[in-house]
Amino acid sequence: MGVCSVIRTFLHLSIKPKTEARRCVRLLQKIKTEHATPQLYTTLHRRACSTVSTPRITTHYTIHPRDKDPRWEGVEMERFADEADVVIVGGGPAGLAAAIRLKQLANKHEKELRVCVVEKAPQIGAHTLSGACLEPSALTELIPDWKERGAPLNTPVTEDVFSILTEKYRIPVPMMPGLPMQNHGNYIVRMGNLVRWLGEQAEEVGVELYPGYAAAEVLFHEDGSVKGIATNDVGIAKDGSPKDIFERGMELHAKVTLFGEGCHGHLAKQLYKKFNLRENCEPQTYAIGLKELWMIDEKKWRPGRVEHSVGWPLDRNTYGGSFLYHLNEGEPLVALGFVVGLDYTNPYLSPFREFQRWKHHPFVAPTLEGGQRIAYGARALNEGGFQSIPKLTFPGGLLIGCSPGFMNVPKIKGTHTAMKSGMLAAEAIFPKLTAETLDSETAGLHVPEYAENLKNSWVWKELYAVRNIRPSFHNYFGLYGGMIYTGIFYWIFRGKEPWTLKHCGTDANQLKPAKECTPIEYPKPDGKISFDLLSSVALSGTNHEGDQPPHLTLKDDSIPVARNLGIYDGPEQRFCPAGVYEYVPLDTGDGMRLQINAQNCVHCKTCDIKDPSQNINWVVPEGGGGPAYNGM
Amino acid sequence: MSGRVLVGVKRVIDYAVKIRVKPDNTGVVTDGVKHSMNPFCEIAVEEAVKLKEKKLIKEVVAVSCGPQQSQETIRTALAMGADRGIHVDVSGKDYENLGPLQVSKILAALAKQEDAQLILLGKQAIDDDCNQTGQMTAALLDWPQGTFASEVSLEGDKINLVREIDGGLEHIKINTPAVITADLRLNTPRYATLPNIMDSLMNNETELHKPNHRTSLCVGLIPLFETVAPEDMQGGTDRSGAMLRHTVLQSGKPKRIILSCLCI
Repeated sequence: MGVCSVIRTFLHLSIKPKTEARRCVRLLQKIKTEHATPQLYTTLHRRACSTVSTPRITTHYTIHPRDKDPRWEGVEMERFADEADVVIVGGGPAGLAAAIRLKQLANKHEKELRVCVVEKAPQIGAHTLSGACLEPSALTELIPDWKERGAPLNTPVTEDVFSILTEKYRIPVPMMPGLPMQNHGNYIVRMGNLVRWLGEQAEEVGVELYPGYAAAEVLFHEDGSVKGIATNDVGIAKDGSPKDIFERGMELHAKVTLFGEGCHGHLAKQLYKKFNLRENCEPQTYAIGLKELWMIDEKKWRPGRVEHSVGWPLDRNTYGGSFLYHLNEGEPLVALGFVVGLDYTNPYLSPFREFQRWKHHPFVAPTLEGGQRIAYGARALNEGGFQSIPKLTFPGGLLIGCSPGFMNVPKIKGTHTAMKSGMLAAEAIFPKLTAETLDSETAGLHVPEYAENLKNSWVWKELYAVRNIRPSFHNYFGLYGGMIYTGIFYWIFRGKEPWTLKHCGTDANQLKPAKECTPIEYPKPDGKISFDLLSSVALSGTNHEGDQPPHLTLKDDSIPVARNLGIYDGPEQRFCPAGVYEYVPLDTGDGMRLQINAQNCVHCKTCDIKDPSQNINWVVPEGGGGPAYNGM
Repeated sequence: MSGRVLVGVKRVIDYAVKIRVKPDNTGVVTDGVKHSMNPFCEIAVEEAVKLKEKKLIKEVVAVSCGPQQSQETIRTALAMGADRGIHVDVSGKDYENLGPLQVSKILAALAKQEDAQLILLGKQAIDDDCNQTGQMTAALLDWPQGTFASEVSLEGDKINLVREIDGGLEHIKINTPAVITADLRLNTPRYATLPNIMDSLMNNETELHKPNHRTSLCVGLIPLFETVAPEDMQGGTDRSGAMLRHTVLQSGKPKRIILSCLCI
């Protein structure tokens, strides 16, 4: 009886702020171990994490541990383990650059080094999405004869156009040399193809690549240093129970593990907490980039042309802009897209629909008329720059690439710095790995030299020079204030001003409650230039094994309806570029529930970043699932 | 029954990818597109491995005909439990002309060469949906065939098979050696886990075969003229009642109206 009244009281309070719900859960977890039978467990737990009418959404074992779950009793949980010298999580530009550099050094000094790269995409490059205008500096340092080896850098930039758009007109902005957006000497690339080529180069030098296997867990030694990673388990049903074909993932142990998961990696998120890597830096800020590939009319094709714009359809206080690049690979292909800073305040904003709307602008639409859209995708990108770089090394591992975040925001380029960080990591690790005695206090190697080398490299200088440009947008004049600041302090003074501006806090905290904002009227897609969300998602080729726990886990199943919908009108149904989140009416008719269509997910990570309640935790699904980008 | 099972595996464009026709209409875009093992071939491999685990057969040999990348498909089969792989190297123009008849000739030749007791195939490939290779292979070898199998059990030197047919299920008993093609409900394929993939990479148990003139691959038997995407669907209109009435009212006298049926 006492238990029931306690439950009732806490249920009453569970609609209120998170702390009440958490206390409620903790209390019920205590009760459950005394009284639980399987059915009661689920009912009690459901009631603990929700009001009476919230159906259970999250079944993933990271939220509902398996050691307390009676359905997992007796299931063999031993994992096969293997040893490598270095394990790299993520087969993107940074991870592959690090792997290639390590093997180059090993081959040069005739040392044996086992380098394994695990990558969640089914093939290298399938989860890669970028504009992209590549600065070839890092690639030339890594593989000087990239041209002879057939690297897919086929489109040197010939024209650079920058505009401020209004609803009907365009204000041209001259691209003077020295401005960060100037692209002379750069190449327009299909980043997925470049990454695939890097994968082939890596295999040639002896790197072991394992696409289709996602790193799901970080393993630790007794002394707390990183031991390696474990790949995802397979064969778990949607409700969290084991299937007949259940198999544990594999453990890959390494002397040092490099984490190159890209922007907002899920393992990196855990590492920040565990090793307190973010205590002396600002929180990372992000943007979402949506991209499409179009086959256009040959008459409109101008290979090598780079177009950027800011302004319409975003208001001056929402950071963002567009890109449109004419590729030169034999067919009239353009890559175009839209970036929206995730510190936007209006919960009614939908980055996808802003993108579709922008395509109708009189300066953009003519290029696309008569063309055919052949690909779509989206990914979050870093905007924090210099101020948000965390501590990069910890016992047993280091962070490389966009995971800690080395993107040069005004240039909108992060690949060259990501690759350089991977190479510097390899160069710092190599002597330690091949030294006569393994000189380390911890079982996992600690390589602080990597951070030192990075600070002395051009990456640091470049990021320092542009550090104030993005934060300068946080002023009354928004976009225009930022452009004036850039013109004065970057173009003239080269970023040498003695102060460092701060960001505004985390992106998740920037949303204003829905009642303080006006809904945005978006035009309907016309099916020729602009399209609806679901047909776009189909073009990304994304798919996941249907019968697995949704990998978009909620720490508390009741918060979406109570808080996200109640206060912010469910922003996740608007910022997700793949239609994963939907608020649908309950079967009983009164009230709504959150439906998570996990199969649509394109692994962009925006929900994990922008959720105002920070309740969504993206974890990696079964390896091989996700988008099937082809040269995006 | 002991002996060897040949399993055919085909590398096809992944089922979730949106297909695009090449601008010159000569086929579909395959460059860089995600490929994987044909789902029905996965089921066939799983069945072969299950038979081996029950100790009813001795060896599972995975066979794939195609370019260099087919080796990845064979490696997946090895990781699922096959013992050996045979890659029949067919690339370029030959690969574009490769169809069920050519593949079945190759499989028939390999079956004789390897002294196979059983050939397990998927019922059809999801790219061409031909549903012919298994049947043709059986005919070439003059072996019995059990197609659309949803249950397979070995009894001495005979096979009990349940086939999925239009009317329901058919139970048959066939002699070995035989050709069986797998249907969807035969089993649920296991995952190719990382330790097994690593093993198959290290041990490289795949033999490379080049097809010889006996299999006459050079001639494409079915000339392909053009590949086009289906037309976009138009919205449907109910023309039956309203149009007739409208026309009669307009002209005063009924005209000969051809009623168009509902465009769905």
